[in-house]
Amino acid sequence: MKVMVPIKRVVDFNVKVRVKTDQSGIELANVKMSMNPFCEIAVEEAVRLKEKGIATEIIAVSVGPAQAQETLRTAIAMGADRAVLVQTDAIAEPLAITKILKALAHKETPEMVILGKQSIDGDNNQTGQMLAALLGWGQATFASKIEKAGDKINVTREIDGGLETLGLKLPCIITVDLRLNEPRYASLPNIMKAKQKPLANMTPTDLGIDMTPRVVTLKVTPPPPRKGGIKVKDVAELVNKLRNEAKVI
Amino acid sequence: MSVLLIAEHDNASLKPATMNAFTAAAKLGEVYILVAGQGCAAVAAAAAKIAGAKKVLLSDDAAYQNFLAENLATLVTKIGSAYTHILAPSTTTGKNMLPRVAALLDVQMLSDVSGIVSADTFMRPIYAGNAFATVQSKDKIKVMTIRTTAFDHAPASGGTAPIENIAGAGDSGLTTFVSQQLTKSARPELTAARIVISGGRGMGSGENFKLIDTLADKLGAAIGASRAAVDAGFVPNDYQVGQTGKVVAPDLYIAIGISGAIQHLAGMKDSKVIVAINKDPEAPIFQIADYSLVQDLFTALPELTRAL
Repeated sequence: MKVMVPIKRVVDFNVKVRVKTDQSGIELANVKMSMNPFCEIAVEEAVRLKEKGIATEIIAVSVGPAQAQETLRTAIAMGADRAVLVQTDAIAEPLAITKILKALAHKETPEMVILGKQSIDGDNNQTGQMLAALLGWGQATFASKIEKAGDKINVTREIDGGLETLGLKLPCIITVDLRLNEPRYASLPNIMKAKQKPLANMTPTDLGIDMTPRVVTLKVTPPPPRKGGIKVKDVAELVNKLRNEAKVI
Repeated sequence: MSVLLIAEHDNASLKPATMNAFTAAAKLGEVYILVAGQGCAAVAAAAAKIAGAKKVLLSDDAAYQNFLAENLATLVTKIGSAYTHILAPSTTTGKNMLPRVAALLDVQMLSDVSGIVSADTFMRPIYAGNAFATVQSKDKIKVMTIRTTAFDHAPASGGTAPIENIAGAGDSGLTTFVSQQLTKSARPELTAARIVISGGRGMGSGENFKLIDTLADKLGAAIGASRAAVDAGFVPNDYQVGQTGKVVAPDLYIAIGISGAIQHLAGMKDSKVIVAINKDPEAPIFQIADYSLVQDLFTALPELTRAL
């Protein structure tokens, strides 16, 4: 089974982001970029499926600037077989990304697409579901366990009330949650070897996709600051403050 | 302006998240509420009582029993093009289903909307709530999930909306429901509770969460956790508060043994009053807490329970 893993290059999760003073967006100059943490989990899961003999080939794909090549090389170093970069410096909205991924899915004919449930920049949580809709495939989002069950795939999902298990026909889309696995670190020899693996480059235009944004960002502002709190010396003072000052208990 | 609001429910009762999303919907126009499920007539009746509801559309069909995204999205897409806005609360059900609808309608959806500026301009958090984007949608239909903590509860009574039965749109057969393991709790729902007490890695074990149980019993509070506590297996996944877990904004949030990673703060920093108890005076949680107590939680927690 061929598995496609779409990944995204984002601001590293440890970076405290700052809003640009002209409110046009987030300061991205000289900021550390990494693979979106959920995408790492998706790559890891695909590699594990290959190690179990369920997946035969893993194709990592990304939509983004030239530097996203590094992110794809990381995915290869983790165990993907090859990669495709759809290169664009345009604002890539989830719907446009989805249309690109749909075109790639038609070219590559994977039986499964595994991707992160959301990227930690836009926090949209849309692409997997949108791709499932446009391909007419079944979906299991927020996966914490993936198992092959005969000709179906059983996926346990993290939902608001607890856990839910769905059975999916192939081909299908799975978006992954935090507790599915712990991604491996790419070893140095594998990072070196990844440089030799195939990485195809194309553009949205090659695939006939219009990137014109549907949503215009008018401004980006920092959240309202919380006013500074106070230190209480003991539990008695805390209870007194909660009762008589904050009046919440 | 007419708004289609997808009700969140479990076939037996209407979930509070629907009432918050209703408040957002009512700012945009007349609100039509879709109740899709199986054996959910009581839910439709409850939705009809929401003050200001225009009409309730009830689709009672086996295909919606387990709220599978494929089936729900087909129904919502079929009826949705008659509306200017399609909304759902930002719950795991809404997040699972609504992007499918948006894609089928060729709309760039807006996730987790936290403010309504006008009929086409909205605010939403990005980068774990470290920034807010004001965005204008150029699409004909606006499709969006609503951050429930950003909007008040609509009054659950006073409305007399008619209920119209509508046909289902079929079963896709793509996915099947296998099983469910819901966490049973007599406590208030995490996202709707007035008081939330959360434990972090500092709790040390699942057993020690009993200390929080006792305090929560006294305060009638819901219990949450940081990702670290969930990853360590102290408590189930549905306890997680944060960027990728639940977003809460109670009157009182008590963070115990939580250091305060930005991903956790993203899920609770809109709480009205924040208390942090941690033995590490450098813990980042103290920077946003209203009341900070630097003390070992194993001393402070029993003492706090006794004092209440």
